[in-house]
Amino acid sequence: MIVEEIKKSFLTSLWFMFLTFPIMVIRVNTVDNIIQWRWANLLLVGIVSFGLSALWRYMIRRKELGIVQTEVDGIARETLSQRLLNERRFTLPALVVVSIFALSFPFIFSLYQTNIMITAMIYVMLGLGLNIVVGVAGLLDLGYAAFYCVGAYSYALLNYHFGLGFWTVLGLGGGFAAMFGIILGFPVLRLRGDYLAIVTLGFGEIIRLIMENWNEFSFGPSGIANIPRPGFFGIEMNLVQVTTYIYFLMIVLTLFTIFVVNRLQNSRIGRAWIALREDEVACQAMGIDKRKTKLMAFALGATWAGFAGVVFAAKTTFINPASFTLWESINILCVVVLGGMGSIVGVVVGAFILILLPEYLRFLSEFRILAFGAVLVITMVFRPGGIVETVRRTYEYKETAH
Amino acid sequence: MLSVVDIHTYYGNIQALKGVSMDVKEGEVITLIGANGAGKTTTLMSISGIVVPRTGEILFMGEVINRVTPNKIVSMGISQVPEGRRIFPYLTVLENLDMGAFLRNDNDGVKTDLNYVFSLFPILADRRNQSGGTLSGGEQQMLAISRALMARPRLLLLDEPSLGLAPLVVKQIFEIIKKINLENNTTIFLVEQNANLALKVAHRGYVMENGRITLSDTAGSLLSNEDVKRAYLGI
Repeated sequence: MIVEEIKKSFLTSLWFMFLTFPIMVIRVNTVDNIIQWRWANLLLVGIVSFGLSALWRYMIRRKELGIVQTEVDGIARETLSQRLLNERRFTLPALVVVSIFALSFPFIFSLYQTNIMITAMIYVMLGLGLNIVVGVAGLLDLGYAAFYCVGAYSYALLNYHFGLGFWTVLGLGGGFAAMFGIILGFPVLRLRGDYLAIVTLGFGEIIRLIMENWNEFSFGPSGIANIPRPGFFGIEMNLVQVTTYIYFLMIVLTLFTIFVVNRLQNSRIGRAWIALREDEVACQAMGIDKRKTKLMAFALGATWAGFAGVVFAAKTTFINPASFTLWESINILCVVVLGGMGSIVGVVVGAFILILLPEYLRFLSEFRILAFGAVLVITMVFRPGGIVETVRRTYEYKETAH
Repeated sequence: MLSVVDIHTYYGNIQALKGVSMDVKEGEVITLIGANGAGKTTTLMSISGIVVPRTGEILFMGEVINRVTPNKIVSMGISQVPEGRRIFPYLTVLENLDMGAFLRNDNDGVKTDLNYVFSLFPILADRRNQSGGTLSGGEQQMLAISRALMARPRLLLLDEPSLGLAPLVVKQIFEIIKKINLENNTTIFLVEQNANLALKVAHRGYVMENGRITLSDTAGSLLSNEDVKRAYLGI
């Protein structure tokens, strides 16, 4: 068995050595007109690919063994994250440490770090919003950045034309995004799966293209600059202070999002979303209004993107359509899928990993995105349910006098 | 209570119902029997508004319901146990039941009904916090019936409750159906392929063939009808 595996790894490494031979071994020196043969590189590639392949095989085998074990004794293995989340002795201290860390963060770390954290929290909001649509209601939405765009532009434009402040528009931006959620929702009510994904993808591109080409309305690709940062009772603040202020603002907004989304998921409408994901006909037979419930999922999901968009515009003070491309939607979807569909803790963790990882991988320079991709692939192979798999809190029956 | 007047239902270009008329009186157990593809399920789907008939009329308590949305129909007191159970596998038993009471806001009434269905099917009470997908076929059928009862229907539509179940479980479920009818005066519309069993429970029966009602009579005389015997009872 082991010999077999080693043989396979060995063949893999041979194959890699062959594949990388032209780029890793041969180097044509055009100055001296000679060819350099770097045989040491070949050896390096061989050893590294053999090692990685062996590790990969070992991990896959271990995972399969776990599945077989579950089938034999019927006990579903709880993942480490689930065990930790259920352990009060762990969650309480962890919560304290995280909150102390979060509260002192902008005073310890640089402005740059604080800015990254704000971005990460914006993604937490976006992820939680998309989680309602994708994770709970099971409607694959590839155009989510459109609502983010609507939020950002509603702040930028309302401020530019009417001088409306941050706080006024925060509510309005959410409302506009919800409205667009419903506008998208109507035509896709009858669609599911792949078809839904295509239509939402198209919708996302439409919004972006309108913003890019309708110069009179949105100032086109050059975007809108000089968007004011949020004020705090008219107090003048320098860049560091205002960033710290936005940071704490984002903490409050993120907590608010988590609170509301959690309440929603554990409400009757939240269960109706799950039910709708599972069986539409049965839902109709139960008297669940398919149209209303789906539209509500789209609207309530989009609202958070609207809020996040307003904060984003206020934070960067400049927006243009290039910030709201398909890549953005996919990034947000990655947050949800990587973190764990339907799990709030998962989405939060996913957002931090997905935003912080590329930032801290900068030392890898041009290999940054490659390493990032590798992390995504490995996570999805070994943890298909996401980093924190959903442990849905279920509706408990309280034994009361009746 | 319910009268279906000459309905024609289509799936795209395919006509499934070619003029179906029937009457259901309050407190009755009615059964609709027929072979595969006769249009039994389509009849039920037309009544609960999930499929809209192209022509014809459906009246419930004197009101026309054939253009009303399914959720309104449920709120008027018609609830359906869909074919093949169709419970929500990732929701717990209790959450499944809560979905049945989706349109109701009277918490006390819901609690009373919850205790009632638990008294009908004690096994569900034991498994209340288990997810629906982990139940056995019979338990899932019980859950599906209970879920429909949670809407406190005046007319309960049952689509093949015996499908894929062991004879003993089927017998148990049919006894409960009878009990529901007797205890709450709930009118029951039972669609079945198992004609023998259905006719023993029902007061009256309709026989369906190729989208048309071909026979209607009391259950007793249908049981002794030669044609029915040959075609559906296998005697």
